[in-house]
Amino acid sequence: MADEPTVLELRGITKRFPGVVANDHVDFDLRDGEVHALLGENGAGKSTLMNILYGLYSPDEGQIFLNGKPVKMRSPNDAIERGIGMVHQHFMLIPVMTVAENIVLASEPSKAGVLLDYGTARRRVRELSESFNFSLNPDARVANITVGQQQRVEILKALYRQADILILDEPTAVLTPQEAHELFEILQKLKQEGLSIIFITHKLNEVLEIADRISVLRRGKVVETAPRAGATQESLARAMVGREVLLRVDKAPAAPGDTALSVRDLHAFDDRGLEVVRGVSFDVHGGEIVGLAGVDGNGQSELIDALAGLRKPSAGEISLAGKDVTGASVSKILDLGLGHIPEDRQRRGLVLEFSLADNLALHDFDKAPYSRLGWLHPKRIIGAARKLLQQFDVRGGSPQTRASALSGGNQQKVVLAREMSRDPRVLIAAQPTRGLDVGAIEFVHRRLIEARDAGEAVLLVSLELEEVLSLADRILVIYEGQIVAEYGPDVTEEELGIAMTGGRGREAA
Amino acid sequence: MSEKATPPPPASSPETVPSVAARLEFYQRAGGVLTPLLTAVVAFFIGGLVILATVHKNPLSTYKAIFDGTGLNWFFHVGSFKVGLPLTTAKVWFPWDTASPAAMNLQQTLLIATPLMLTGLAVAFAFRCGLFNIGGNGQYTVGMLVAVELGILMPGLSGPLHVLIALVGATLAGALWAGIAGFLKATVGAHEVITTIMLNWIALWVASYLVGFNGPLQNPSEISAPVTRRIADSAHLKVFWGFPTLQGLTIGFVIALGALVVYWLILSRTTLGYEVKAVGFNPEAARYGGISVGKNYFLAMAISGGFAGIAGAIDLLGWQFNVDLTVIQSVQVGFIGIAVALLGRNNSVGIFFSALLFGALLTGTSTRNLDASVFQPELAGNLTRIIQGLVVLFVGADLLVIYVWRLARKARLRKQQPETTA
Repeated sequence: MADEPTVLELRGITKRFPGVVANDHVDFDLRDGEVHALLGENGAGKSTLMNILYGLYSPDEGQIFLNGKPVKMRSPNDAIERGIGMVHQHFMLIPVMTVAENIVLASEPSKAGVLLDYGTARRRVRELSESFNFSLNPDARVANITVGQQQRVEILKALYRQADILILDEPTAVLTPQEAHELFEILQKLKQEGLSIIFITHKLNEVLEIADRISVLRRGKVVETAPRAGATQESLARAMVGREVLLRVDKAPAAPGDTALSVRDLHAFDDRGLEVVRGVSFDVHGGEIVGLAGVDGNGQSELIDALAGLRKPSAGEISLAGKDVTGASVSKILDLGLGHIPEDRQRRGLVLEFSLADNLALHDFDKAPYSRLGWLHPKRIIGAARKLLQQFDVRGGSPQTRASALSGGNQQKVVLAREMSRDPRVLIAAQPTRGLDVGAIEFVHRRLIEARDAGEAVLLVSLELEEVLSLADRILVIYEGQIVAEYGPDVTEEELGIAMTGGRGREAA
Repeated sequence: MSEKATPPPPASSPETVPSVAARLEFYQRAGGVLTPLLTAVVAFFIGGLVILATVHKNPLSTYKAIFDGTGLNWFFHVGSFKVGLPLTTAKVWFPWDTASPAAMNLQQTLLIATPLMLTGLAVAFAFRCGLFNIGGNGQYTVGMLVAVELGILMPGLSGPLHVLIALVGATLAGALWAGIAGFLKATVGAHEVITTIMLNWIALWVASYLVGFNGPLQNPSEISAPVTRRIADSAHLKVFWGFPTLQGLTIGFVIALGALVVYWLILSRTTLGYEVKAVGFNPEAARYGGISVGKNYFLAMAISGGFAGIAGAIDLLGWQFNVDLTVIQSVQVGFIGIAVALLGRNNSVGIFFSALLFGALLTGTSTRNLDASVFQPELAGNLTRIIQGLVVLFVGADLLVIYVWRLARKARLRKQQPETTA
């Protein structure tokens, strides 16, 4: 491998944003036909570096060399013309158009200069798809194909434009384990065809599975570039975080108590008026963590909303701590003992312009001791916040700091502090570690287990199978708005994956 | 966890779309007190260029004449005087002559600035809840109508009580009028910009009918003029500076100052203010936190309209005393209130000063106060509008200011680069 010529080199790339150096003299090179993984925590500067390479940002310092020649990327068009393709985490596809139309978009074959030559387009797409074993139907509408297939469309789009360097930004974030496995097979195939691939991720196991070489970014700097051989999850985690990290979750067996949350035949509609929760029933007992696994968009969000009072269920019953709360208001449900760590902390969990103290008082600002007869007690709010920030180890801010000034991990700790300090009977944790780095994930996991051990009923909704497997005492699988399977904690990732995509699961409890 | 508080780079967080209130807050913090000052200075500078280009007058002497007309020059004439303490018979030493012509101009400026403070607060309060209240004119109009009716009725009441009833009535009327828009927003999602504009027109034409010829509120003993009867003497606001017969400064000014304090208190010290701000910044998070978004839309609009309604009452009880059709048809304070709130950055102190600025401009360019030999007042009135428009334009162009700021900063960083790399 080491003999292969270098096709791309970034030398001394520095990019500053107000108050932060996102990339600090980063050196990075890509050899012909290799998969070079770029590993790092969120905010380590991975995306900034790739956006510089792709012409979205211009570097403050440093140079890009393509096949030994210095180049300047002024826009993504520059990058595309020079054979660099990027597959973004969020796909840039037009759902109502067909696969072929999406792929040829912006460089369409034409008839008489103005008319789209759809025949040629689909023929070329079919050839390309077959040569890489993509099994894509050029005439299928993008809206009707799976997420994994959509990703292949994105890859094909880059190949169609004759990319020989492919950047994949967190490509497995939206995939099931099976789909991720298929993606890795595709990447192997692309490698054999001579493509060079930059694979951005923060997942350690993926890196070890697919990469030829690994570069670790930490706080804008490359701390390590090494071949895969010899690297372990532990060594990579240490390089990413800068200290030893406990990857396994230690926990005692659960001691389930009384039923704290009981859901019976619940139905709910989404914002478009489609019934996406279709008859869900389950119980969560005090002292256990129940994991709800499922591919994104199978009704999890709407189910959580219904439980939290943010969405009126169309039918069914919810009872919390023995009281019927079907259709009750958010504040009533909160007062009855629900803690809710929302899916999206920035959109829902925090008022970013508020101070940390005000954010911590979001549920209880209208009650003693925070207020009396409509008058706030800022001192008490700040005093309580100071304690909570300390208890939950929130760094980078005092009670008066604006929430927007904190990093993602610390923002999540603020949400955790608020929800857990109210000593809820039931704690819903929706994607509690989304976008967090290894160190913060460890913290959140430990806190969730502490909540369980304190007798709280925890409902963990997560798209990360590993997280569900390592935390949950029972695992429910949701598929198309229904609970399709229930497992004990000993289930394998493969079994879960099959159930999550609608395959028959083992109906064991 | 060794992470530091690092704001994410702007382009890398596309999932957080800030609300209007959040954006305003951001501009406010980015520019501090400097941007509004700069905005005003640039507006006056361009206004000066217009003077130069159109009528070939010296902008500086024109502005000086306008300034002298505002009465603000009063502060520069310090001496030693004895003045009566307002509302008493006692006399005390005072460094300014409270009876000079400049003092009378200043009273006029403050009198004009009073309703602007209130309509500015109206716009600002709605802003803080993420709403844009363009209905200040209509709310001011209904406030005025209710005040005039309450002022005419109950003539036997004692002064303070009569005034209080009229003020409360007008406040409620303004609150109700704006509350309609808030209610529609909360229940069916009708956009408040559309509904408040519609309510402006409804208020305008209903009021025109009521006070117009043969209208139910037209003064029956004066059928040749479209005006209402005059309010009873007991409903007049007390003049505490100047001559009551010459439109001296009334306690309406003090009420407006009180409203500035109330505004600040509500927003920073009450649970209501907390809710309003939470909804304004992030309705989704507010809802998640257990706050009723709809209730706050209604309340914020109602309180906003209350401020505008009280403005109408103060003008009426202070110096208009009856409602004239031409007055109704030329109400502008609601719109100027938008400029006041924008320039004043939605905070009490800022609103006080920007209302003063616009009040001074209106007074200084009026026919009565501007020396016609320096600049024709007819043209000066337009100058006021030009400056007002420029201010709104530049406040809207805050982003541009910040962008220029960033460019300058970037250039500075570039210069430092050789040192940092070495």
